[in-house]
Amino acid sequence: MSLLDVRHLVKHFVRRQGLWRPPSVVKAVDDVSFTIEEGEMFGLVGESGSGKSTTGRCILRLIEPSSGEVLFRGDDVLRYSRSQMREARRHMQIVFQDPYSSLDPRMRVGDIVEEPLVIHRLGTKAERRTRVAELFSLVGLEPDHLRRYPHEFSGGQRQRIGIARALALNPALIIADEAVSALDVSIQAQVVTLMMDLKERLKLTYLFIAHDLRLVEHICTRVAVMYLGRIVELGDTRALFANPTHPYTRALLSAIPVLDPDTPRQRIELDPSSFDREAPLRQLGAGHWAAV
Amino acid sequence: MTAPLLDVQHLTVVFDGAPAPVTAVNDVSFQIAPGETLGLVGESGSGKSVTAFAILRLLQRPGRVAGGTVLFEGRDLLALPERDMRAVRGARISLIFQEPATALNPVMRVGDQIAEALTVHGLASGGEAQARAVELLEAVRITDAPRRARDYPHQLSGGMRQRVMIAIALACHPPLVIADEPTTALDVTIQAQVLELLRELKATYNLAVLLITHDFGVVAEMADRVAVMYKGSLVEQGPVRQILRAPAHDYTRNLLASIPGR
Ligand SMILES: Nc1ncnc2c1ncn2[C@@H]1O[C@H](COP(=O)(O)OP(=O)(O)O)[C@@H](O)[C@H]1O
Ligand SMILES: Nc1ncnc2c1ncn2[C@@H]1O[C@H](COP(=O)(O)OP(=O)(O)O)[C@@H](O)[C@H]1O
Ligand SMILES: [Mg+2]
Ligand SMILES: [Mg+2]
Repeated sequence: MSLLDVRHLVKHFVRRQGLWRPPSVVKAVDDVSFTIEEGEMFGLVGESGSGKSTTGRCILRLIEPSSGEVLFRGDDVLRYSRSQMREARRHMQIVFQDPYSSLDPRMRVGDIVEEPLVIHRLGTKAERRTRVAELFSLVGLEPDHLRRYPHEFSGGQRQRIGIARALALNPALIIADEAVSALDVSIQAQVVTLMMDLKERLKLTYLFIAHDLRLVEHICTRVAVMYLGRIVELGDTRALFANPTHPYTRALLSAIPVLDPDTPRQRIELDPSSFDREAPLRQLGAGHWAAV
Repeated sequence: MTAPLLDVQHLTVVFDGAPAPVTAVNDVSFQIAPGETLGLVGESGSGKSVTAFAILRLLQRPGRVAGGTVLFEGRDLLALPERDMRAVRGARISLIFQEPATALNPVMRVGDQIAEALTVHGLASGGEAQARAVELLEAVRITDAPRRARDYPHQLSGGMRQRVMIAIALACHPPLVIADEPTTALDVTIQAQVLELLRELKATYNLAVLLITHDFGVVAEMADRVAVMYKGSLVEQGPVRQILRAPAHDYTRNLLASIPGR
């Protein structure tokens, strides 16, 4: 059984356009299916507006999907009651992109990390304090940081605080939504190293949402490429990068700046009329599918 | 070697404040030849934007130039009367920002904003300025330019807004453009298009560019030479191939090594 099995997930947003015009419907997530196995680092990539965050949020029911199934350890969490869902969130946590806005500026960071334990009424005050100290050392923060406020930390440190908070309840799945995208490349490398290290030590599974394909190629076991609400290509990282097949994947890969001035640029422009938006995923080879 | 277009010598910028003043730019020297692109790279907070602002004399209090000279077309910009400096900004050196959404006037049609750049510098007015604006929108490859000229910034995509910024920057045919993270806020396919456009315009107008970025990939694609900035100082500079293949400074080496897949 897969740890996470997302089936035909759909989320439509209705956008009102004033009194006199009919509302328009944005198909932010449009029939998305994928599975994530225990211990995987699964990458979800695509450009802004492709529906990555909406997918991540629907899985946790931070927004309610329009339809579909989200099986976590075989159970459809979309059928859960509020209290069941609260319990399920112990096992699935999210880390957001913006280390500046995702932490409450008025709370001490020790309290920020402790908060999930308080919400779930876990442990005594003293036990929770011990756990928070443990989490701080796990993510490489100093004990004397506990009483400081978010603004006293750099972007990379704030992301460590976000990770510590996400780990507080001992989750199985972490959804990292552009968790390192806003960081400088050297800081990004440190936080990614931390995430990989925690994955091994705590047996974590990640849904790693990103727009940086270089990074995803480097760290993910499998990758799904999203374009306008749909997964257009999915596969083992090596297979997908060796043989990108969907026109969108190819355009995306060709747009990445190359670090060698002497490598000829072979930019592929996306021609949206060159493929069928509704095409289903078709298997191309072992562990590799594309909607072509 | 031809005389440099821009010659920055020992530029030092200080932000006065408690408990102690901060030296944001420390004894920075570099030159840009006509038509040349210099990539200024470094991580956030290293002093890249402050350098650009000091060159254009756009620093705000408590920031101030504490030393150095900025020779441009043979004149020291730091010693010019403000009136003359206004004539340099936009007409001889123009600036492209990272975030076009905040640099453009939200309540003014984009065509009018381009035309204004021409009128302010006395290069065209009225119907002629409007016509030039449409030509410039065409030059930055905006389709249906006459209609787009009548749009407000919010009606355009991020990539299109950045093209409008570039059109404004080029309106007066300046010999030097300072582009501060011009594609950082854009998706990678849009970034590729904007970089391609910049490359074409560089060739067409023999533009010199000071290209500020934190992305070595962008530098590799665009720059002739590179200057690497770290904590306010330039730690090394040289031809792009040399810096990428044989970085001399530890900081540059670490920065290159942090890039995924490197
Ligand atoms: N709350 C919302 N209301 C209306 N539209 C939304 C909302 N959230 C997201 N969208 C739209 O859904 C699409 C997908 O957005 P998102 O999931 O944030 O993409 P990504 O994370 O890949 O950038 C976009 O077109 C976005 O404008
Ligand atoms: N308004 C300001 N007040 C005080 N210090 C500032 C201000 N703006 C910038 N600085 C200082 O200048 C340094 C360089 O900033 P900046 O040039 O914006 O960096 P970059 O563009 O390389 O990210 C900052 O680290 C900060 O110390
Ligand atoms: Mg997102
Ligand atoms: Mg800057």
